[in-house]
Amino acid sequence: MSGRGPFGRLDWISVILYALLVFIGWLNIYSTSVGDADTSIFDFSTLYGKQLFFMGVAFLGIIFVLFVESTFFERFSSIFYVVSIILLLGLFVFGKTIAGATSWYDLGFFNLQPSELAKVTTSLALAKFLSDIQTDIRTGKHQIYALIIILLPAILILPQPDPGSSLIYFSLFFVLFREGFPIYYLGILVFAVVLFATTLMFGTVWVSIGLIILTLLIYTFKKASVKIPLLPVLGVIVVSILFSLSVNFVFENVFEQRHRDRFALWLSLEKDEDKLDEIRKTIGYNTYQSEKAIESGGFTGKGFLEGTRTKGDFVPEQHTDYIFSSVGEEWGFLGTATVILLFSLFFLRLIYIAERQKSDFSRMYGYGVISILVFHYFINIGMVIGLLPTIGVPLPFFSYGGSGLIFFTMLLFIFLKLDSNRLKDGI
Amino acid sequence: MKKLLLSSVIVLIGFTFIGRLSYLQLFRFSPDQILDDPAIKKVYDYPERGYVYDRDGKLLVGNQPAYDVMVIPREVKPLDTLEFCGLLGIEKEEFLSKMEKARVYSPRLPSVLVPQLSKEDYAKLQEKMRHYNGFYIQKRSLRYYNTKSAANVLGYISEVNEWDLKNNPYYVAGELKGRTGIEQQYEEILRGQKGVKHIQKDRFNRDIGPYKDGKLDTLPQQGKEIHITLDKTLQEYGEKLMHGKRGGIVAIEPKSGEILAMISGPTYDPALLVGRERSKNYSKLHYDTISKPTWDRSILAQPSPGSPFKTLNALIGLQEGVINEDTNFRCYHGFYVGNTLRGCHCGGGIRDLNSGIYQSCNAYFAGVFRKIFDKYNTTDQGMNVWEKHMKSFGLGGYLGTDLPTGAPGRIPDVAYYDKWYGDGRWAASTIISNSIGQGEIAATPLQLANMTAAIANRGYFYTPHVIKSIGNNGKIDPKYTEPNYTTIDRKHFDPVIEGMANVYNYGTARWVKIPDIDIAGKTGTVENYIRIDGERMQLTDHSVFVAFAPIENPQIALAVYIENGYYGARYAGHIASLLIEKYIKGEITRTDLEKRMLEKTLEHEYAKPYSGEPFKINEYVW
Repeated sequence: MSGRGPFGRLDWISVILYALLVFIGWLNIYSTSVGDADTSIFDFSTLYGKQLFFMGVAFLGIIFVLFVESTFFERFSSIFYVVSIILLLGLFVFGKTIAGATSWYDLGFFNLQPSELAKVTTSLALAKFLSDIQTDIRTGKHQIYALIIILLPAILILPQPDPGSSLIYFSLFFVLFREGFPIYYLGILVFAVVLFATTLMFGTVWVSIGLIILTLLIYTFKKASVKIPLLPVLGVIVVSILFSLSVNFVFENVFEQRHRDRFALWLSLEKDEDKLDEIRKTIGYNTYQSEKAIESGGFTGKGFLEGTRTKGDFVPEQHTDYIFSSVGEEWGFLGTATVILLFSLFFLRLIYIAERQKSDFSRMYGYGVISILVFHYFINIGMVIGLLPTIGVPLPFFSYGGSGLIFFTMLLFIFLKLDSNRLKDGI
Repeated sequence: MKKLLLSSVIVLIGFTFIGRLSYLQLFRFSPDQILDDPAIKKVYDYPERGYVYDRDGKLLVGNQPAYDVMVIPREVKPLDTLEFCGLLGIEKEEFLSKMEKARVYSPRLPSVLVPQLSKEDYAKLQEKMRHYNGFYIQKRSLRYYNTKSAANVLGYISEVNEWDLKNNPYYVAGELKGRTGIEQQYEEILRGQKGVKHIQKDRFNRDIGPYKDGKLDTLPQQGKEIHITLDKTLQEYGEKLMHGKRGGIVAIEPKSGEILAMISGPTYDPALLVGRERSKNYSKLHYDTISKPTWDRSILAQPSPGSPFKTLNALIGLQEGVINEDTNFRCYHGFYVGNTLRGCHCGGGIRDLNSGIYQSCNAYFAGVFRKIFDKYNTTDQGMNVWEKHMKSFGLGGYLGTDLPTGAPGRIPDVAYYDKWYGDGRWAASTIISNSIGQGEIAATPLQLANMTAAIANRGYFYTPHVIKSIGNNGKIDPKYTEPNYTTIDRKHFDPVIEGMANVYNYGTARWVKIPDIDIAGKTGTVENYIRIDGERMQLTDHSVFVAFAPIENPQIALAVYIENGYYGARYAGHIASLLIEKYIKGEITRTDLEKRMLEKTLEHEYAKPYSGEPFKINEYVW
């Protein structure tokens, strides 16, 4: 340490952005849960009171992280990982079920959600593994090890069931990409998703025609000097068309009706107004209500505590997964755009910090942190504003919930702690 | 590339989100979203519907309280069903099925269990009500009729239907709206403007307080009373006279166009369409397809007008200068069209204008009609002139009366006959029936009354209307206070009116003359046919009568049309005469005449074609 105390080299820009997000989040939790009765904001029987308490605990967590030796996290990362895997396994026996998902340990005063903890430990373990001098991510063997580290918790979480949290672990692929894992894997994935969605929307015939036209266009407008071999391109087209052909089969036979309904809503496949109405009342109720609430906010919003849909509790889970709809209704486009901007700046700042790390471990862990946060943010807001199908993940720092807030905070501050120590690394 | 991947993803996501949010919050946002916001319930405060008074300020329609028994299913505690049903006056099965319906609609929201209890039932129920949890009584306002008459003019109110809801955003399901008559015509004046309270709701539909502290709420505006032109006494008396008869009567005050009475027989008590029995009664009235009580014959029936129409042909003849008062035609107990003799009941001989009218000579008017056409080079020209004159009396088109229904009648024109006979294949003689008001002419009793008013005014009429004033002294639509001039000069009316006066003095109506009142009238006897099961049969003639009185300074002009009432002076003539006396004198001196009209019905006549047996028509014996 450079003698400036544990707060000395902390990246204050990140800390301020973090604090802002937590504060705005709490304001909205307050708005969704405040009743008519005059109660103190410290009333711990209310949701906003509890969240305030969680914020206090998170603060203690920050202090703890900052005072611990920074090498502690790197040194014990494997052990943390193993412990969290054990905790996840233990859920199958001791887990407490809330809202149909067996995801919690009942600690009496607090429900612990190990899947939140595992996000931290998995990031640490992955960083540790990748930063090991003997690891070469370009070799198949090490790729498989990395995949196991990422997918093990995801697989354990899936049957809780909590597909949302499970999905989050895939975000750690961004760490791999950063460290040399071939990016075209991502390209293939994105291409497959686009093919899947467009096939559902327009049918195989049009997708095939589109592909061929696209290829022709590329050949027409490419620079003469660029040579694209014909055969592999034809191969890609054939495989794509086969994939497209299989889409309908999978959609009709493998998916269940509720999945089909979600896709139908998401991709606007259903044109029949009556059926749409039915979907809006059932499977699409949340999305529909949240979209409507956001829409009704307009440019300036209805004002703090003035959201009629928020107050009427029309948007289910509004204090947790759908908290962003409250921002939309009460603060309008100004509010939502500000929040998006804050998140984007925050993430970009964190990337900047990650890139300036001298230690590979710190950088890789940083990327893990950012990937996890971005993925939550993307899936959550995407769902709330109706761009993505319904997948239940919280909005980091915003959504109500102790485990979420505390572990996101720990996740972040371990990274900030590592960053504050970066000058000592390599000495 | 690999360093920039995540940053680009974040920026891309940011732009996508902002784009989507712009679409939602800037493009799709509209400020009146409060209208479909499920969180804002509108609670309406209904003003009292305006009263309706007759021309003398006598109350016709008011309001009465009614009491709905409401239920909120989930608040209902176990109860003694039998006792409760006894109090409500309904069967147990009905009670259970209504409870089930209410539960299906919503366990949390109130539903109507028993609508519109009478005051007496309410009094009985009221004190016991507190024993039954989940039930309460809601007061609402129903129409109250201070008369048993004028049902079709007054109209009724009923719940808005899907069409109303789609076409008028004011209404909300379950609200009441004027359906026919003046209730429909003056709906917006009578109903007033409901007040709106915005209540903030939660998703369980529970009230959680006023929205924005009631800043957007509005107060109800009272409905205005209206005064209509009907004379309650005359209307009621007329309906009494129509007892057992089918037909229509319209009486107009010529100097204003105000409709004094508008009677359709058979009629019904307007109170039938109020309250619990409403829909049952309505079905009964609506599905009576033979006597059709809801079909207002005074403005919808379009029979051939018959002989009253001769007066107009006389006027046209005078105006066109093809006849004068002394022009003669010989009646051969009829007149020849080609070699065919068309009959006439006037007695035959030489007829001039005066006797042509009071004896209702067919031959005379056939002659006039031919002369009108002969004046012009082509039949088409003659026809156009004739049509123009006729239409200037408000015939052959909607009059523009302030009632929501009506019929245009028919004045045939060139196009009509060209289509019927072919271009150039018809002439005045082909359509000679029009000269005596038969043929292709059709007119509603309202049009006939209006035509008579135009004669009474010597050349103009005011569009007939039923509105007298809105509020206590409010202005009415100026189109009802501006005269419409006919195409006939004033001077031509006097000889025609003299002929009409002589109808009473020496002519077809001399038996129904009223002492001390100078009346001008004209009888009409209209042949008619019916088709039952594809078989065309002739029925007893319709009895038609038009009249106005007094001849100088006319106060009333009327048209009476009685289905199958035989010759004009018979039923129609009697009734016209009694109505005039009643209106002008206020009392009836000829009680024998009155007694006959009150007692005689035409039910036996109406039963004839449906008896399945051969029957005689036009039986002279009373």
